[in-house]
Amino acid sequence: MIEVKGLRKSFTVGKRRKARSVEAVRGVDLSVAEGEIFGFLGPNGAGKTTTARILCTLVEPDGGDAVIAGADLREDPGTVRQRVGYVPQGGTTTDEVTAREELVLQARMYGIGKAEAIERSEKALASFELTEFADRQCRTYSGGQRRRVDIAMGIIHEPKVLFLDEPTTGLDPQSRAHLWDEVRRLRDAGMTVFLTTHYLEEADALCDRIAIIDHGEIVALGTPTELKHGVAGDVVTVGLNGAAPRAAELLEGSSYVRKLEVGEGGLRLYVEDGTTAMPQIMRALDGHDIAFDTVELHRPSLDDVFLIKTGRSLRDK
Amino acid sequence: MKFLRDTWLVYQRQMLLVGRTPARLVIGFLQPIAYLLLFAPLLKNALSSTGATSYADAYRVYVPGLLVVLVLLSGFFAGFGLLAELRSGVIERSRVTPASRVALILGRALSEVTTLMGQAVVITVVAIPFGLTVDLGWLLVAYVMLALMALMACGFSYAIAMLIPSPAALGPLINTISQPLSLLSGVLLPLTLAPAWLVGIAEWNPIYWTTNGTRALFTGNPGDPAVWQGMVVIIVLAAITVTWATKMFAKQVR
Repeated sequence: MIEVKGLRKSFTVGKRRKARSVEAVRGVDLSVAEGEIFGFLGPNGAGKTTTARILCTLVEPDGGDAVIAGADLREDPGTVRQRVGYVPQGGTTTDEVTAREELVLQARMYGIGKAEAIERSEKALASFELTEFADRQCRTYSGGQRRRVDIAMGIIHEPKVLFLDEPTTGLDPQSRAHLWDEVRRLRDAGMTVFLTTHYLEEADALCDRIAIIDHGEIVALGTPTELKHGVAGDVVTVGLNGAAPRAAELLEGSSYVRKLEVGEGGLRLYVEDGTTAMPQIMRALDGHDIAFDTVELHRPSLDDVFLIKTGRSLRDK
Repeated sequence: MKFLRDTWLVYQRQMLLVGRTPARLVIGFLQPIAYLLLFAPLLKNALSSTGATSYADAYRVYVPGLLVVLVLLSGFFAGFGLLAELRSGVIERSRVTPASRVALILGRALSEVTTLMGQAVVITVVAIPFGLTVDLGWLLVAYVMLALMALMACGFSYAIAMLIPSPAALGPLINTISQPLSLLSGVLLPLTLAPAWLVGIAEWNPIYWTTNGTRALFTGNPGDPAVWQGMVVIIVLAAITVTWATKMFAKQVR
């Protein structure tokens, strides 16, 4: 449904002598199948939004090619526009207008006739549970309700692909769960969904496949399970009271520790096999009189995948 | 066809917003009304040298100037609205649709023009009790000229806003441009009172020609060459600025 090859884009920031070029997207290749929820996971500034905007025809790429829903991005942006929906990050509703008016207008902007626009808006309002306040001005809506209006506008012309840029940023947990259900429902109805997120939980729980992007490049790609399994071994976290640097020094380079991160309140150790490494770690700490509060064994998370690939944690952001 | 339809859609939407935010309309009125009530009465005596003998004469000279200032200044500030809309995501949402790019900007400009013309009509009506008399037919021609001026100013403002997309820089720039333009067009007092060197400079100002034309229509001299001259000047200028703005817009927002 989406085929992208060698996509690149750089922006000039600053003025005149201070001007420098920033490569926002540097050679992204990806392929999204029909009817999947594809997640673009990465920290802010990684190039997620730029990629999504390029694929929606909003930004012209410097290089690379893309075919979206059968239409070539460069040759035929008009057809791409007709076949994709885009919901930008900041929301697009206007305070003084009602949800119904917004939906009818958006449908008509896609060339849909008035009667049909009204009919489609009615359906969209019902399916996004907006009917109750459809004739109230958007200023009275909650964040979650506004976001639902945004998404309803994004699919009013029945696109084949829907792009959602950070769809749940700023929503409370309940609205977020509700929105995830909406997105799954769209997928189950046959729509392909491309979403960007910097939430690990969201990528893990919602997406069928994920591309992890950092500094404009895809560093890992696969299903959440594949990615997590790709990080061999286990993770042991040790809760330490202020003794983390000393413990890190001690354990660094031990044969049973593959990689080690000093975090807040303790250590995060990547090990071959947790069951044999744990006692060794505890013995080593005991032997040097380093007191620890907790020792826990985990399966790697998506954050560990990110950490292994980029050397940074996504949670620090 | 598609272009006209899209322009109409954008226009309708903008007019809906104008109706929903009446405060903006009222604020737009306050200044011209204040000038009309508090400044114009001085003019009967001030203009006596030009042959004005009654309040009616004074208002026939002053009201067209006031209307020119209204459409010109308000039009020049239309770019701020565009910048706000570009930031809010509303335009972004339209851009992902196949709607005509030119329609997105033209629909907005035309709604500004409509609003300004509505204000112009109210100001004209308010001036009637003070003695303004004007031929209805020529008044309508004057309104056409004012509408073109509003369109020209909007187009200019949109283009400048896209060139310098920062509200902080845009305000001073617009003021710097609009002040000499309006002073050198004789909107407050006709430049027939001005020394020859000032008129010499003013003749380079296109707004001078359109102001003279509008004033000739109000004062019942439709045969004055200023009318057709002003009309030609403003048609050309409006075409230039609107083309410029739509080009900038299409380039900026693919």
